[in-house]
Amino acid sequence: MIQNRESFLQSVAARLGRSTPSLTKPERNWKHLPQHEVLKDASMEELIEVLREQCLNIHTTLKKCTKQQLPEILNETIVDYGGGRVIYSNDPRFGVLNVLPVFEQFEHLKWQSGNGERNIDFAEQANVGVVISNVTLAESGTIMLQASPEVGRTISFLPENSIAVIPKSSIVPRMTQAAQFLREQSHVSSCINFITGPSNSADIEMNLVVGVHGPVRMTYILVEDY
Amino acid sequence: MAMKISQQKFNERLSSNLENDFMRGAVAGAQHRFQTRRSAAVDSLNWEEWRNHGEEIRQHVLENLDYYLYELSINVEARGGHVFFAQTAEEATEYISTIAKQKSAKKIVKAKSMVTEEINLNSHLEQLGCEVIETDLGEYILQLDDHDPPSHIVTPALHKNKDQIREVFEQKIGYTASSQPEELALHARKVLREHYLTADIGITGCNFAVAETGSVCLVTNEGNADLVTALPKTQISVMGMERLVPTFEEMEVLVGMLTRSAVGQKLTSYITVLTGIKEALEVDGPEEFHLVIVDNGRSSILGGEFQSILQCIRCAACINTCPVYRHVGGHTYGSIYSGPIGAVLSPLLGGYDDYKELPYASTLCGACTDVCPVKIPLHQLLHKHREVIVEREGRAPISESLLMQAFGMGTSSQSIYKLGTKVASTVMKPFTKNEKITNGPGPLKNWTAYRDFPSLQKERFRDWFEQHNKGGNPK
Ligand code: SF4
Repeated sequence: MIQNRESFLQSVAARLGRSTPSLTKPERNWKHLPQHEVLKDASMEELIEVLREQCLNIHTTLKKCTKQQLPEILNETIVDYGGGRVIYSNDPRFGVLNVLPVFEQFEHLKWQSGNGERNIDFAEQANVGVVISNVTLAESGTIMLQASPEVGRTISFLPENSIAVIPKSSIVPRMTQAAQFLREQSHVSSCINFITGPSNSADIEMNLVVGVHGPVRMTYILVEDY
Repeated sequence: MAMKISQQKFNERLSSNLENDFMRGAVAGAQHRFQTRRSAAVDSLNWEEWRNHGEEIRQHVLENLDYYLYELSINVEARGGHVFFAQTAEEATEYISTIAKQKSAKKIVKAKSMVTEEINLNSHLEQLGCEVIETDLGEYILQLDDHDPPSHIVTPALHKNKDQIREVFEQKIGYTASSQPEELALHARKVLREHYLTADIGITGCNFAVAETGSVCLVTNEGNADLVTALPKTQISVMGMERLVPTFEEMEVLVGMLTRSAVGQKLTSYITVLTGIKEALEVDGPEEFHLVIVDNGRSSILGGEFQSILQCIRCAACINTCPVYRHVGGHTYGSIYSGPIGAVLSPLLGGYDDYKELPYASTLCGACTDVCPVKIPLHQLLHKHREVIVEREGRAPISESLLMQAFGMGTSSQSIYKLGTKVASTVMKPFTKNEKITNGPGPLKNWTAYRDFPSLQKERFRDWFEQHNKGGNPK
């Protein structure tokens, strides 16, 4: 339902010197587009280097491995975080990457629509949440997630530790490319998260404190040959 | 909290804040850090080009605001959301209160939002008997501390030290540990976590709404907006009517400029783009979504000489650079909008009766204009305000009008001017000590309360010049 639109738009239009609100889409003829210049000619290796450096700024551990090494590295990371309950998204790529047996070594839950509220209850008690990045922004060290029935929004917010698997092919220069990718899709996900390291705040005497609401620690695992 | 944060007069606010040494030190320190980080973050880019683009996007949106609001409303509805256009603060709060009543809401969690402060939403909801919890850590601290007003847009509790915060936590949320920021934050995490899980409604502001998709984009470092929107069954987002962009492409440009200008980060930890209600089979996310679009005085700025202030993306870079803000702190502005942006915006939204002094709380040095990512000519707008106050409203603040009267009288006739400048040093003699006026009368009073004024010289410049320039040869 839309309420009060006509009178509201009428007064906006009047202030803009129009007798009625404009209903035609305006042309966007930008004179300046500096965003396309950033890291324009960078190779994939250079982008990975940018990502690596940026991870130092965002308090995020970056590990690199091959597809074969991934199960071991993932296991080691979960153990380092203290094991316990692990929740992960129902992403077919986990199967392709052969890591489902890793999750089975811990008390685990695959986020699935059929589980209903149990997903949230489990995530709230979980020590580790694991997701896979859909698009990764080298410039800012950001992963992009699109929520769906199989990829809950809170997997990367409720557990104290967060792990994101980053397929090498998901790496792009910056958010510009992610925005283009999103515009090309026929359907916009109900929630798109751009996540850059763990939750943090500088509200107490400007001291940086991590984990005020979301995860306290975060690791990216970059899978090189995926 | 309403937009107006103090009943005191400007001069009273000024005096009490100038005495608050901790606050002034914290403000100066924060300014320094924000400025350094901002410079580092923009230096790596061709920033002027970015500013040009930021400006053209914002101007394009304002010029086509009717169309983009229309497009936004259609797309929100298409994704199962409700849109309410509120001309006034009252219409907005009434609509939101009605939802709270329909849902029999007991608990409401909120992510930081300037516009909900502006329309005084919390107190309306509290009057209904709802418990309203601010979840941004800085806002939460202020709320617990009996609604202490914010002193900065980005770090609202900047003026409080950690011992004060510990005391507040002890008194209000059963805290027993030390004043270490980590321990304080950990306790807040536990308490707030419980609130997210049990709240009936989540309320957020809106950094940018995307017209093409009907999305709301929220920018935080803490991730509180994500929990506020993912867990309660009802989500309400409130936006100032100008806060929108055509597509994701412009959104990402402005988000990057916002985070760089605000906190010197390439992106903050969380940028969240929410579109409509949760979809079939999705587990977390709201079942009901309302977007409240607020005018509250903005349309009367549109199309006028102050229109460019609506380009603002609330990054606070102007605040972080302002020498006046540095000395007086956020509370002096008497408005939730402080610093240069506040000095321009508060009189427009709140009226000259309450805010006529603010355009004078500026040195017009132009530092704010230089840092503004969307190229708002802030110091020119402050100057314009002064013109309006003096010329159209006929009411400069008292010291300025006295000064102007004296100056007008003194310069209107050559003989009075001559006499005036000749006797000035004699007249000022009782106030002069060691070549300085430390406690001047009349218009000099406010100045000399904080700064010494050089004593007036016996010999006038004109006389000195004549003496030294005899025969055309300066001696
Ligand atoms: S006026 Fe410009 S610098 Fe100040 S908050 Fe707004 S966008 Fe930022």
